[in-house]
Amino acid sequence: MDGILNALILLSNFVIVPGIAYGSQLAIGALGVTLVYGILRFSNFAHGDTMAFGTMATVLLTWALQSWGVSISPFPTALLALPFGIICTILVCLAADRWVYRFYRREKAAPVVFLIASIGVMFVLNGLVRFIIGPDDQRFADGERFIMKAREFKRLTHFNEGITIKTSQGLTVVTAAIVVIALFWFLKRSRAGKSMRAFSDNEDLALLSGINPERVVMITWIIAAALATIAGVLYGLDKSFKPFTYFQLLLPIFASAIVGGLGNPLGAIAGGFMIAFSEVTVTYAYKKFLAYALPGDWAPQGLVQLLSTDYKFAVSFVILVLVLLLRPTGIFGGKAV
Amino acid sequence: MNGAEDYLIGEHLTGGYGGANILHDCNIGVGRGEIAVIVGPNGAGKSTAMKAVFGMLNLREGSVRLDGKDITGLTPQARVAKGMSFVPQNHNVFTSMSVEENLEMGAFIRRDDFTDTLGQVFDLFPILKEKRRQAAGELSGGQRQQVAVGRALMTKPKVLMLDEPTAGVSPIVMNELFDRIIEVAKSGIAILMVEQNARQALRIADKGYVLVQGRNRYTDTGAALMANPEVRKAFLGG
Amino acid sequence: MILTGHRGPIDGNLRAIAMFLGMFLALAAVGLMQSWSLALAILNLCLISAVMSLGVNIQWGYAGLFNVGIMGFAALGGVTGVLISAAPVTAAWQAGGSGIVIALAISLVVILGAVLVSKRMAAGLRRKLVLSLIIVPGYFLARHYFDPAIEAIEAVEPAKTGYLGGLGLPILFSWIAGGLLAAAVAWVIGKIALGLRSDYLAIATLGISEIIIAILKNEDWLTRGVKNVSGLPRPVPYEVDLQQALWFQDWAARMGASPVEFSSIFVKLNYAGLFATVLLVLLWLSQRALNSPWGRMMRAIRDNELAASAMGKNVTGRHLQVFVLGSAVVGIAGAMLTTLDGQFTPASYQPLRFTFVIWVMVIVGGSGNNWGAVLGGFVIWFFWIEAEPIGLWLMDLFTAGLAEDSGLRRHLLNSAAHMRLMTMGLILLLVLRFSPRGLIPEK
Ligand SMILES: Nc1ncnc2c1ncn2[C@@H]1O[C@H](COP(=O)(O)OP(=O)(O)O)[C@@H](O)[C@H]1O
Ligand SMILES: [Mg+2]
Repeated sequence: MDGILNALILLSNFVIVPGIAYGSQLAIGALGVTLVYGILRFSNFAHGDTMAFGTMATVLLTWALQSWGVSISPFPTALLALPFGIICTILVCLAADRWVYRFYRREKAAPVVFLIASIGVMFVLNGLVRFIIGPDDQRFADGERFIMKAREFKRLTHFNEGITIKTSQGLTVVTAAIVVIALFWFLKRSRAGKSMRAFSDNEDLALLSGINPERVVMITWIIAAALATIAGVLYGLDKSFKPFTYFQLLLPIFASAIVGGLGNPLGAIAGGFMIAFSEVTVTYAYKKFLAYALPGDWAPQGLVQLLSTDYKFAVSFVILVLVLLLRPTGIFGGKAV
Repeated sequence: MNGAEDYLIGEHLTGGYGGANILHDCNIGVGRGEIAVIVGPNGAGKSTAMKAVFGMLNLREGSVRLDGKDITGLTPQARVAKGMSFVPQNHNVFTSMSVEENLEMGAFIRRDDFTDTLGQVFDLFPILKEKRRQAAGELSGGQRQQVAVGRALMTKPKVLMLDEPTAGVSPIVMNELFDRIIEVAKSGIAILMVEQNARQALRIADKGYVLVQGRNRYTDTGAALMANPEVRKAFLGG
Repeated sequence: MILTGHRGPIDGNLRAIAMFLGMFLALAAVGLMQSWSLALAILNLCLISAVMSLGVNIQWGYAGLFNVGIMGFAALGGVTGVLISAAPVTAAWQAGGSGIVIALAISLVVILGAVLVSKRMAAGLRRKLVLSLIIVPGYFLARHYFDPAIEAIEAVEPAKTGYLGGLGLPILFSWIAGGLLAAAVAWVIGKIALGLRSDYLAIATLGISEIIIAILKNEDWLTRGVKNVSGLPRPVPYEVDLQQALWFQDWAARMGASPVEFSSIFVKLNYAGLFATVLLVLLWLSQRALNSPWGRMMRAIRDNELAASAMGKNVTGRHLQVFVLGSAVVGIAGAMLTTLDGQFTPASYQPLRFTFVIWVMVIVGGSGNNWGAVLGGFVIWFFWIEAEPIGLWLMDLFTAGLAEDSGLRRHLLNSAAHMRLMTMGLILLLVLRFSPRGLIPEK
């Protein structure tokens, strides 16, 4: 019995806790992608670099605050800098819309033209971020590092295995919950949110109802920028901030959004957790888990890892392809524009 | 047909979707409290004429006047603000939103309290009150059309434009809808409507326009058109 | 022949010729102002880029397929350079060759079995059950042979080899083999992903390319992974040999250049000759294809997919053809790149450089026009390289007012290298906005 419990604790520590944190990060990222898709009707390839930009702005202010001795310990200082990062990112997104996307909107250009334009924006943002903060790994987390340490857990419970919960993980989950509740409240209850849903559902009819498309688009960019910055900062606190990694997050984020159904916010959240848990479970080495869970001499020899962590892209990709083949509009039904 | 000028007038409408002209010198009008019906074969340009009147088409020639004022240059949104309301032929509800939200979106430009209007729409279409929390996409064809008309009424328009409001509904529901539309007209709203069911529509029409290949073929009162043997033969099935 | 294939208004042709001339003048300027060796190095990569951009143009310009997995196909071509030309490692084959072969055979049987089952059996719970009964044990059986074999292979002199090696054939063969490998992989991907909407195809290809790079980086037994395979045999002479040859020394003297410098230029010229030949052949073929009934049909499908499929054209089938062809061309370019470098470096494959810059080339050059794609390849590669010195020069100019040891100035000068990404983005956005048909528009 102890064996089974130890196995479960092990699994919680290495699969469930990191999975929930990563899933929340992906979900917030995917929400941004899915909202832009729902309203502007294109896949925004610049989203990863928007996340990077927002995180960079936050990191810079965090450093400044740290050097001034400002601290909200045990919370990371970055939390204090986050609103500033969000505002910078909103300005950048609105500028990109004003100078790039609006023109194509007026032209009624094909979605693929928007996509190519977003690649241009991606380049510019990517260059900008590297120009300002450089291409290297940056750490900016401070404050209390752990909510619970494995050692304490063991001392309290007398199990062999312990559970570690990092502050960044706890923060991620709490923030994600707040963000999601606020967003859904906004979309479901507020006048602006309803007009966004109406616009996403049926653009022509929204126009006939007197909904101002430019306003809807503006609100969408504001929300997308905020979501991108929050996702980026949470990811950076949890792991670290490196511009290229953020670009690479594009794949799991898009996979989450597509799996849940592009344009469908609930789907984006479910998709984020699906992708995250698949990634973590498939790349986890089950050797120790099985050693606990199975009777003594059944313990396996190898690592019992289905896929090496280097192939975590493959996981998002395989799920993505399966869903596209079996249910092209995503599990929860999105738009098929 | 004579006397004071109509409330809404489209004159010499000429234009299309970028390529060749679809409409050729087309004239349409409707007065307050009147029902004007446009009939004609498929592809005649009936929907195009409606879009032209609502500012959704680039006109090469012609003008649109509302209450004597030229509104040719206004965007559709601006026309909504001026008291016009349009129910398009297709995709005329927000399928993913509830019935009540659809109606709320209809009232989007209103800044005042619209609970009254909501009540009036529910009185007009009691089934909508029952299904107010249901997604519009889950409703039957007839109920959807009611949502569509209800949405358009939420601005308290002075002109209501309906493009085939009875498409795809059963004869019973159609008669029901026509009754409701008459009720709306009686409240003083001008109604400009395109109809496939020409016979039934002309019966309730104050004015009728028969459109063929983008041109006015016949224009008269509904009753006169019904009585016209040529119209009967060619457009009303004998 | 190539020129006659390009029928269009005379002034359009003149414009194109003028732009190519301008491009060569720019390269000559680099030769005169910086060095000829650098100018030729840029030219060689311009030629390779032009081939890649031609491949992408076949997919996007002819058929409107949005492939963001160019990097993957280029890397597949690149690794073929290793697999064809590196010397085989006998010890490694002895250590684990049989295990690998058995594991691959098992995988093949499993895949064939799974495909057969999903084709023959009716959809439903039973099919799912049978499929998982084939795939799950098959996977573990293959791993059972695969894992020890890999370990054995990677243990063979890891500092020098630790992989199976290649076939020891002349590296030029890899140009064909690279194209074929890329084509084969493209066929599989196309089978899965074509027929999806454009954004989905984009995401799917983006994912595939990341996976391909991950495989090349991590399967050390096959590619040596990030330890790289270097010193691949060349198709052209080595500088040291030339410098020692009497005829070459004479020649260098007659040209008034030092043998060392002249040998480097001579080798680069040889490469340039090879690459230019490939580019011209591919360009000629592409022009023929574009102006054939096949090409006209492709463009008809691109311009109106619905109408074309209503007319009974097999849209997905045509798309598959064009996807495979374009990817093959990219694969050839990838093999050429490995040949030029003399080594394969999986970690150097970055999506910005190998996918998105190529896209900029196609869009800037003129989607749908092969000459445009080639010109785009030249122009954009030129800027990609020269953006850095230009950026540095600009930064120097802007910061001239700042003190020599100012932190801001140092930061700006150090970061000038990242200007190139911004430059690429701005070029793409400006062309897309103000000249969406590119430098040499489609007729
Ligand atoms: N969005 C559009 N773009 C181009 N042509 C259109 C469009 N909508 C309708 N048409 C064309 O305009 C003509 C009239 O169409 P429409 O006004 O819808 O006819 P009706 O409503 O009388 O059946 C038809 O020939 C149709 O093909
Ligand atoms: Mg119609």
